[in-house]
Amino acid sequence: MARVRFNDLKKHFGPVKAVDGVDLEIADGEFLVLLGPSGSGKTTLMRLCAGLEEPTAGSIFIDDQVVNDVAPRKRGIAMVFQSYALYPHMTVFKNIAFPLSVEGLPRQEIRDKVEWAAGLLGIAHLLERKPALISGGERQRVAIARALVRRPRVLLMDEPLSNLDAKVRHTARDELKKFQREIGVTTIYVTHDQVEAMGLGDRIAVMNEGKIRQIGSPDEIYQEPADTFVAGFVGLPPMNFLEEGGALTAFRPETFLPADLITDQERRIFNFRVERIEHLGSYLLVYGKVGDNLMIANLSLRHPVEEGTEVPFAVRLADIRYYDRASGRRIVK
Amino acid sequence: MLKRMVTKSGFYGTLTLFIAFSAMPFYIMLITMFKRNHDLLNPDNNPFIFNEPPTLQHLNLLLHQTQFPVFLLNTLLVGLAVVCITVLLSLPAAYSLARLAGNWGGIVGVGIFLTYLVPPTLLFIPLSRIIADLGLQNSLWALVLVYPTFTVPFCTWLLMSFFKSIPRDIEEQALIDGCSRLGAFFRIILPLSVPGIITVIVFAFTLVVNEYIYALAFIQESGSKTIGIGLTTELIRGDVFYWGALMGGALLASIPVAVIYTLFLDKIISGLNLGSGRQ
Repeated sequence: MARVRFNDLKKHFGPVKAVDGVDLEIADGEFLVLLGPSGSGKTTLMRLCAGLEEPTAGSIFIDDQVVNDVAPRKRGIAMVFQSYALYPHMTVFKNIAFPLSVEGLPRQEIRDKVEWAAGLLGIAHLLERKPALISGGERQRVAIARALVRRPRVLLMDEPLSNLDAKVRHTARDELKKFQREIGVTTIYVTHDQVEAMGLGDRIAVMNEGKIRQIGSPDEIYQEPADTFVAGFVGLPPMNFLEEGGALTAFRPETFLPADLITDQERRIFNFRVERIEHLGSYLLVYGKVGDNLMIANLSLRHPVEEGTEVPFAVRLADIRYYDRASGRRIVK
Repeated sequence: MLKRMVTKSGFYGTLTLFIAFSAMPFYIMLITMFKRNHDLLNPDNNPFIFNEPPTLQHLNLLLHQTQFPVFLLNTLLVGLAVVCITVLLSLPAAYSLARLAGNWGGIVGVGIFLTYLVPPTLLFIPLSRIIADLGLQNSLWALVLVYPTFTVPFCTWLLMSFFKSIPRDIEEQALIDGCSRLGAFFRIILPLSVPGIITVIVFAFTLVVNEYIYALAFIQESGSKTIGIGLTTELIRGDVFYWGALMGGALLASIPVAVIYTLFLDKIISGLNLGSGRQ
């Protein structure tokens, strides 16, 4: 297991600054999620760590060793690609055994290790099949088994769940977290899916335009977004913003409730013009306006609001965040 | 029911037409090979059937009075040598152009392909000087040296697009799994490229068998001729065409190529990356 550190890391592709000065330290055994929209540089950052891209500037440390000039195979890392990148001409057994046979381990040892990894992921019955003959979820497990079989120091995963259908994804997420805890390998996980990020990460690094906008626990990222980008990107639906002078007043849709539901005296009341209501099973999304600003309220109970009415809604002061309108940075009042 | 029968008979009718069209040259070669000259040259005779009893006379001329077996052997030797050279040169060239050379890869690739477009009818003039300077006239080595000038660019181009179709992820995965760039090439890329390599072998061999201009320009001695020039120069004497023997030679020479094509057809066409990634 290992610590990973990026020191003012930059990667430019011509004029495009894919990674633009990233400082980040990942603790031994930590599950760190890189979260960001597509094109935010998160995959490039991971590829830099893997050694598939050369940094333009800055350094990458694994433990205390600078690995900038170390070949991917010598970094002690494993990676699960978004496409799984299984070798189509090899059986599942040979796919998982591949990193070991390249190392030149004795046959029996390879067999033992492959069986350990296949057992861990529940794919022992697939070992003689070719990748073309197994399902997407099984391929994903094979790819993870192949990554784990070498007991890597760092495990890199690039959106490994994005090709699974929604139902399988849910269990796969749960299992993934379980394996990672069991093996305790330092993991960097790239995703654009905030639900995955929240569910898996010990910490989340939110990236945009090649920069890390905020690092913190899922709770911190959600409750205390450091800037308007994070506030708008994390959370479904995103935070409500209200323009007031040079500042933006922001609060989560689920904290924005009919005034009579908030008994706390420390609250702010808004006149909410309800325009449309969406019934989404266990909750309602209420769309409307406060002044000229679009607002969304997330009501967990079926509360009697009606479309086309103007209703007093309130937010507890403790749930309100303020941002500088020009810079987008948080203002702590 | 009726509609289905009409559709079906239309399908098989069209198919029969195409088969007849493709098979006709072979049928004519086959039948001409065994026809008596009198039968062959009489314009009143139906050309598609034996009007007189068949004969082995042409086959005898072909096999015993020309160096036909030598021509075949020469073609085979030149073909094998050229195929080896082509594969050895175009594999690394195509791989580096497809993967490593960045934007220049595409430009150089087009450049290489353009050289293939220069017609041999022009190129044989400077090339014949080179062959003369090297003292290779009348030697099969002249052809072994010259043929790669068109097989290598063509096959490099072919393999380039083939390598591009192999997902980069697979190769990068191999790099992470402990391979060097060369190791990834041999352990992963090469096995995945087998259909491409077979295609290249078949194409290079066919190009060699079909080549005419260079062989005609560089080889005059019977014992060094390949099949293409051997037949046409030895069996057309003045304005006398030995049709039966010509057709027999053409047919016998085309059978091995046809067999090779048939054997590897599904390899050549086969999709490649099934199951490496998402479904």
